[in-house]
Amino acid sequence: MTMRETPSQTAGPYVHIGCLPEHAGLARFYDAQVGASPIATGAKGAEITITGTIIDGMGGLMRDAMIETWQADAAGLFPGEPGADPAVSGFARMACDADSGAFTLKTIKPGATGGGAPHISVWIVARGINIGLQTRIYFEDEVNGSDPLLSRIDPPQRAGTLIARNAGPGAYRFDIRLRGDGETVFLDL
Amino acid sequence: MTDTGDLPRGRLIPRDRAAHPVARDVDYKTSVGRSPDWPLLSMESTASEETGPRFGHSMIGPRDNNLIENYPGDGLAIGERIRVFGRVLDENARPVPHTLVEIWQANAGGRYRHVKDGYFAPLDPNFGGCGRTLTDAEGRYEFMTIRPGAYPWPNRGNDWRPMHIHFSLFGSGFGQRLISQMYFQGDPLIDLCPIAATVKDRSQLDRLVASLEMSAARPMDYLAYRFDIVLRGHRQTMFENKPEGM
Ligand SMILES: [Fe+3]
Repeated sequence: MTMRETPSQTAGPYVHIGCLPEHAGLARFYDAQVGASPIATGAKGAEITITGTIIDGMGGLMRDAMIETWQADAAGLFPGEPGADPAVSGFARMACDADSGAFTLKTIKPGATGGGAPHISVWIVARGINIGLQTRIYFEDEVNGSDPLLSRIDPPQRAGTLIARNAGPGAYRFDIRLRGDGETVFLDL
Repeated sequence: MTDTGDLPRGRLIPRDRAAHPVARDVDYKTSVGRSPDWPLLSMESTASEETGPRFGHSMIGPRDNNLIENYPGDGLAIGERIRVFGRVLDENARPVPHTLVEIWQANAGGRYRHVKDGYFAPLDPNFGGCGRTLTDAEGRYEFMTIRPGAYPWPNRGNDWRPMHIHFSLFGSGFGQRLISQMYFQGDPLIDLCPIAATVKDRSQLDRLVASLEMSAARPMDYLAYRFDIVLRGHRQTMFENKPEGM
């Protein structure tokens, strides 16, 4: 290593202007929105919808946050890897709803990757977050017991904060708590 | 999507948290309720962090990196015309090629074009405030824009943001994802700003201050500011082409 990483700064309240212009009220600013969907028509695997909210340390909804997700395809291969599903871009970017605070990710369930249980990587930025917070979404109905990351969480009951709960056919619920009771496990990988 | 080519893979160098802002700083009040109490769970990176999205040139429009002209309308943005340019490198000083760079900023009066910004400085009918581009094969990027104005914000009694441009960077792995801000050389508000001050290492904060580069300016047209960015690197091994212990 010869250089230090450039320091992060908060994305601020207006992150949407740069990353999700339509959410900021800049209609049709770009021809193609980055991260509009992690899948295209014909993506293999089970279609799922993950819904949740982000709650701050005072119990308030974070309506101004932006979330990005990154995942493998149904076979556990990441885009760019040999044999990966060409209909899976793997990347999604979404804003929390300015009123309800809810975010919604429509995707396909990823396969297990290299010894890890199926999961989706999550990155959260907002006003007040000085460096983006990393976490993961695992699934209640998968075999998670031997996942190397979940196994390291101490105390172990906090691992539950990374597991999306079934909420009907193809639907999952995943709430994120930044601080305080039930605080989500955030990662440094 | 484009193919991954010969981009580096392998374990990421663990993040040096001392290079970054503290998560919680009472002088930046919103950070108090929006920072975890528990320590982060540290582990070696996995494929989920070592791979990341790729964006192709086909999605980038010809004026996407020109904020003076890219807002739908007839005229040019109001303000001091500037060129912002630099390179994106990794911690191993290698260029990060073909990576997406997105920026957003206030207009020359310090007002954002956002449904939530109610500051009474006027909107500029010819300025949207966002731009994007891909770095070239050597990691270079550039934008044409106007110098953003400073603006007040609700925090302590009278806090103002220094002039700044927000930057969003990807790299080749999702674990390299970074959002930061570029400040301008000589701006006295930098030293008064509680958000800038969340970076406790002064030499690191100085790296967010773009330098005036007269050699890159165009006479009778625009000034130029250089802002180089370093993303996390991949750990180098003796046999770089060989996948590490799976
Ligand atoms: Fe700003």
